[in-house]
Amino acid sequence: MNGVGQGPPVLVLHHDIGAPARPAFYDALARHFTVFAPSHPGYDGTPRPDWMRSVRDVAVVYQALLAQHDATRAPGTVTLVGLGFGGWIAAEMATMAPRAFRKLVLVGAMGLKPERGEITDQALLSYIDYVRRGFADQRVFDATFGAEPTTSQLEQWDLNREMTFRIAWKPYMYSPTLPHLLGGVATPALVVWGRHDGIVPRACGERYAKSLSNARLEIVDGAGHFVDMEKPDELAALVARFVSEA
Amino acid sequence: MHLMYFTEQPMSAYPAQEGLDFGATALMFSNKHFDPVAGSRLYNEYLEHYRLAEAVGFDGIMLNEHHNAPFCMQAKCNIFASILAATTQRVKLVLLGNPLPLAENPVRLAEELAMIDMVSRGRLVSGFVRGGGQEQLATGVNPAYNRERFEEAHDLIVKTWTEPGPFRWEGTHYQHRVVNPWALPLQQPHPRVWIPGVLSKETIIWAARKRYPYIALSTAIEDTKKIWQLYDKVAAETGYQGGPEYRGYLQRCHVAETEEKAMENAKQFMWMQGEFTGLAHPVWSSPSGYFSPSMRTAFVEFAVGRRSNPRAAPFEDQIRDQQIVAGTPKTVIQKLRRLLEETRPSIVGFWGADGFVSSDDTKTCIRLLGQEVIPALRDIGKELGLWSPFEASSPVSLAHPEPSNVRGLEMAPHTPQPSSRPG
Repeated sequence: MNGVGQGPPVLVLHHDIGAPARPAFYDALARHFTVFAPSHPGYDGTPRPDWMRSVRDVAVVYQALLAQHDATRAPGTVTLVGLGFGGWIAAEMATMAPRAFRKLVLVGAMGLKPERGEITDQALLSYIDYVRRGFADQRVFDATFGAEPTTSQLEQWDLNREMTFRIAWKPYMYSPTLPHLLGGVATPALVVWGRHDGIVPRACGERYAKSLSNARLEIVDGAGHFVDMEKPDELAALVARFVSEA
Repeated sequence: MHLMYFTEQPMSAYPAQEGLDFGATALMFSNKHFDPVAGSRLYNEYLEHYRLAEAVGFDGIMLNEHHNAPFCMQAKCNIFASILAATTQRVKLVLLGNPLPLAENPVRLAEELAMIDMVSRGRLVSGFVRGGGQEQLATGVNPAYNRERFEEAHDLIVKTWTEPGPFRWEGTHYQHRVVNPWALPLQQPHPRVWIPGVLSKETIIWAARKRYPYIALSTAIEDTKKIWQLYDKVAAETGYQGGPEYRGYLQRCHVAETEEKAMENAKQFMWMQGEFTGLAHPVWSSPSGYFSPSMRTAFVEFAVGRRSNPRAAPFEDQIRDQQIVAGTPKTVIQKLRRLLEETRPSIVGFWGADGFVSSDDTKTCIRLLGQEVIPALRDIGKELGLWSPFEASSPVSLAHPEPSNVRGLEMAPHTPQPSSRPG
């Protein structure tokens, strides 16, 4: 886990589909922060932990990883930025260590059962259709992955999907106990949602904002589920402003 | 030889145009198009066909199951096996098979199968399958652990059948505090287990290592030969010699009184757009984690339409490769001789009709198969030395190397004996 950029440490937790080759959002964040953006175990070509069975397992692994590094060890220093599926991991981490993080940012986060609507089931959609569904503007998908993504990109999405199934199959993309644990999180939280999120209903964002003891919800116009890919600078600015708030 | 009758139990009584318009006839194709009145008629017709198959001389009835699709309306093979256990007298009930990963409680499966074996007086052959990808989604079972669950459920069922309870099972996917069902199979050491398959090398290797017969499902002759090469190689490595008693084949075979009629009805094998599993999105039939990692590149390209489906050969090719055989008894026997000579199976299932073939034509097919084709195949089988596991008294498995016996043999049904035993 190597940090990029300068400033206070931020741990970015990527989506279920993995991270694009060179995410503009990471670059934008690195202007304000030291950005740590590891791959989840078993994603984007990293070795698969066969034993892993839950998103909470991933969260515990990240806690241990943060404890190993000088830059991230001290309580109250690290800000968590969780994107989609990574938002679920971030929320689990925050419930495990209610005062350990400086700030918590959840962007289109999975992890809660929506009170209205459903989280899109990727098992029913092709790799391309699922990812496209997360974009408000299809031209941004084309620019990010190519209008016809390469075969190796498809294989990577398939491997990442398999890993997601291994740890988040049932219930799909939420934990029934998480809402009951969020109230204990003292870390200030910003919940960000793309106005046109076609994968995780905004009801989940409202539920996060309601369940966390110190949180507010921001809606980003012109973005779908992948806010970080569609509005990288705007999202980085939101994070920077939120972290610098008292 | 062991000659079986099979049907997918097609549910052709649905509005086909609705399926074409929707673009799929599986998993997500709405069951508002299911007609229970037609379903009731068809189930009873299929029962009549099975009983006719016994009457005209088949050795076995092969049953299977699928979920959420009109290509197969049998959703639980144990239900039909239970009915047939009580309403037939002689035929083996060959389940090919129960999809083990779908079971949340394999001990219950072991109980059901033991009950079927007892009611049928020891006529059960208990095949096991992984289940199609769609089945995982239709039952909410994690496709990423499909093979692990298959193997663990198998181990638990065989232990339940063969080791006295109570015992405890603490597995990766199954945990049971008390395994001690008050129902055990009549057959000892346990009912024979046959493993059907179509695609996965892993399954062929697994079956060969267990010394279970493998049933190739309608593969082309050249592909079937490759399956037996692999099986025999693994058998030799495992310490036994492969051969006909480990080889089964499911043959799509329609017989009629004229060549024209047979060919016309055989086209119904292409009923579900040539794919016997119907139209489905590739990621439904092969969810991530379900298929062999060696096929990942080919699969992801297929899933987004960059490759054609390797399984959907045109009708003419399937006739040429004998994946489909059709004709009068005379011509069909000639074609089946080639299958027997080139691939040497001792177990053959006859899938007689599909789609819209009428009940009357299906019954004619069953009658002609039983009265004319089967006796000729038995003679060819003797000539070629194709002894079935029952005739060869082959071991039930590597772990249980004795041949199967029915406890209290005086209750056992008549078992046809070959005129001469293999040497």
